[in-house]
Amino acid sequence: MMHVVLAHETDFAGWRTAARSLAPAGVQPQDVVWSVREGADLLAVPAPPPVGAASFSVPRALLELAETAVQARDPERFALLYTLLFRVHAGERHLLDQATDPTVHRVSGLARSVRRDTDKMRAFLRFREVVEPEGTRHVGWFEPEHYILEANAPFFVRRFATMLWSILTPYRSAHWDGETLSFGPGADRTQVPDDDALEAYWRAYYRSIFNPARLKVAAMTSEMPRKYWKNLPEAAAIPTLIRTAQQRTAAMVEQTPMPSRPPRKSAPLPVPEGQPAGLAAIAQEAARCRRCPLWERATQTVFGEGARDAAMMLVGEQPGDQEDLAGRPFVGPAGQLLDRALQEAGIDRTRLYVTNAVKHFKFEPRGKRRIHQKPDSGEIAACKFWLDQELAEVSPRLTVLLGASAARAVLGRAVTIWRERGRAIPLSANATAFVTVHPSFLLRLPDEAAKRHEYAAFVRDLREAARLAG
Amino acid sequence: MAGLQKPWPLLEQKGNRRAAMDLIAKLEILADAAKYDASCASSGTDRRNSLGAKAGVGSTEGMGICHAHTPDGRCISLLKILLTNACVYDCLYCINRRSSNVPRARFTVDEIVRLTLGFYRRNCIEGLFLSSGIIRSPDYTMEQVIEVARVLREEHGFRGYIHLKTIPEADPALLAAAGRYADRLSINIELPSEAGLARLAPEKDARGIRRTMARLRLRIDEAKADDPARRFAPAGQSTQVIVGADASSDRQILDMSTVLYGAYDLRRVYYSAFSPIPDASAALPPRPAPLLREHRLYQADWLMRFYGFSADELPTDRAGMLDLAVDPKLAWALAHRDRFPLDVNRAAREMLLRVPGLGVRSVDRIIAARRHRRLRMADLARLRLPLGKLAAFLVTPDHTPRRLLDAADLARRLAPARQGELFA
Repeated sequence: MMHVVLAHETDFAGWRTAARSLAPAGVQPQDVVWSVREGADLLAVPAPPPVGAASFSVPRALLELAETAVQARDPERFALLYTLLFRVHAGERHLLDQATDPTVHRVSGLARSVRRDTDKMRAFLRFREVVEPEGTRHVGWFEPEHYILEANAPFFVRRFATMLWSILTPYRSAHWDGETLSFGPGADRTQVPDDDALEAYWRAYYRSIFNPARLKVAAMTSEMPRKYWKNLPEAAAIPTLIRTAQQRTAAMVEQTPMPSRPPRKSAPLPVPEGQPAGLAAIAQEAARCRRCPLWERATQTVFGEGARDAAMMLVGEQPGDQEDLAGRPFVGPAGQLLDRALQEAGIDRTRLYVTNAVKHFKFEPRGKRRIHQKPDSGEIAACKFWLDQELAEVSPRLTVLLGASAARAVLGRAVTIWRERGRAIPLSANATAFVTVHPSFLLRLPDEAAKRHEYAAFVRDLREAARLAG
Repeated sequence: MAGLQKPWPLLEQKGNRRAAMDLIAKLEILADAAKYDASCASSGTDRRNSLGAKAGVGSTEGMGICHAHTPDGRCISLLKILLTNACVYDCLYCINRRSSNVPRARFTVDEIVRLTLGFYRRNCIEGLFLSSGIIRSPDYTMEQVIEVARVLREEHGFRGYIHLKTIPEADPALLAAAGRYADRLSINIELPSEAGLARLAPEKDARGIRRTMARLRLRIDEAKADDPARRFAPAGQSTQVIVGADASSDRQILDMSTVLYGAYDLRRVYYSAFSPIPDASAALPPRPAPLLREHRLYQADWLMRFYGFSADELPTDRAGMLDLAVDPKLAWALAHRDRFPLDVNRAAREMLLRVPGLGVRSVDRIIAARRHRRLRMADLARLRLPLGKLAAFLVTPDHTPRRLLDAADLARRLAPARQGELFA
């Protein structure tokens, strides 16, 4: 029978050192007795390993579990943890994945309880101010279920590093002087001041943020069990809040409602000087478009933009995700590809007018993404109202139709791109159309060689378009 | 000795009891006015702490902390207040609307800063959630809200969590400043339908709200891809919708959420059951919306975000409402009994996620455990799973539910009786 004496209640290092030499030596779990030294204090040196065998590497997950579970107020915790370690050493490498194993289950339960206790300490510890010669000290009292103060103190250091504070618990106390953390003996409640200047404010806040129309007492007590209430300054108000809630709600419901009248607008919005004319006026009108149902899910109308006397107009299909968010055409991935191709073809985008056949983004929501959907002929027809006005205002010599939707909108018929691309299609005496692919087609090509080939053809088309536009 | 903190500044004004009382009265008014905003989250921002700092206070470490819970079951994580409850708008569902007779108050920037720091140092809160009625103009209001955050961050080195309510269509420069100081920004969509908003809040513009969400999303994405110096709301954006103040059905609400999550990458949509307010308008429903309806919407929202359900899969009645008696996951399973029972030792993860009584964590633990042994009912019991519910839907080597699953009264047997609490 081996007897390991640990230096203190949470002597994880001591347990690990002993366990790492006992397991390789084949010492069975039932042959080890674990205990904590009487009158243990934190400065004690961990017990030297009782057996001088080679240590072995312990899976990280097991060490993490042990580090947590070792804080549990359960006299068997060291033995349970050694059982796990012994079995892992004996070959059960995936033991911890077996949540249904009785020992794993038991230790996980301890760790869960420690974590919950830790969360509650971080949540429900309240500091009160004490003025000391060296400055103001914040002193808090908490009654943990487990031995969690040592492991938890660094959290408070990180958060309140610039303050002086002490946390007192029945079994131990922690003190921070602005530079070092130290631990002392346990304390009692009377060592914390009774009240604090700010607590009246905190209680007022707690009472006021409560909504009496939604009483859910069990939901509160499952998160903030009654055992914590005695140390929470705000909890004193709870019984009254519960008792009066129904009456307060009834009073609100029964109160004669204010007469129903349509709400009035407050001050009228300032009217901008000079009504916008031409394209700007059309764009403003289009922002309120309800000609088809696409407006409802989309963020905004994405109207065309660019030079109002442009010789060349580009018409795409519809705004995509990025265009919908930004409110501008061709700013997403397809727009960036278009920019690159335009540059290679020697075309200055600022001298063009760029727009879409359909001005709202059509999509199918899928989780965190919106999947592009092709507009149907009805939507294209509805939106032609705006495209026609853009064409009339800008009156470009050449209209470049990017893809089938744009071609359908302007030419009024179904168009097979590969059959009609790259040549002038007369629209009227002094206006010509020109069909090519939509840049998003290039983005969708899976094959790199095809991508390069199609991109070159697209740039060629743009050069030809520039020539036709003169 | 590093970084001594001044005591609560009001103590220095001894004798000035009136000022203190006035501040308590203001706090009561401006907290009461803020409580209809459900969000109190303080999770998911970047990590920071005050180690090695000369001054300042605070830390954020991923998970936010609920420092208290009120008897309405909600958590207090942040000091949630309005800068002022005066408002030039007249939104009928809002306690702070222009035509309401509630008492009005306005904090100074300094008062909010002192309350935030004071509560924070006492470990009462994770930070501040600041909103405001609209005073003078949207931009002026936004400036005042941002100034509080700026003073906290720049003058007091506050490293805790800050959530700012964003005023729709505020100047882009103001949005940029808000995102620099805040962890989270939010704009409330308020009502599920644009028609409802037009009727109850004619001064609010649903399109303007959406455009601002879009702008925030673009900035949040940009900041993610870029260097940390160009900080912008690392905890993202969220919104809230009031349920039961207009005639929208649950299906319409869930469709709206689907669109909002997809379009603006929202962290959360909060559903707030319309709750009676003092001095209410007769245009509102006289009764509160059932809290259970709000609860069902949260469950459905969860199923869409973490369980692979799409909005149109969730069963609703002919009026488009979720069943109040049965939770939406159980309702789906009851309507799709042909997909069950599942063999717990073989079923795919996405199907296990659809089993009533199994959560995401339980499913992952089952999948880890079944790699090493065949799971039996006793193993599921050890995982602390609700066997009564699971028994109808799962097969184990020692259990098969054939009869149970076909029972006509399965819904009644499985729908828990504890709903009395939720109706309360």
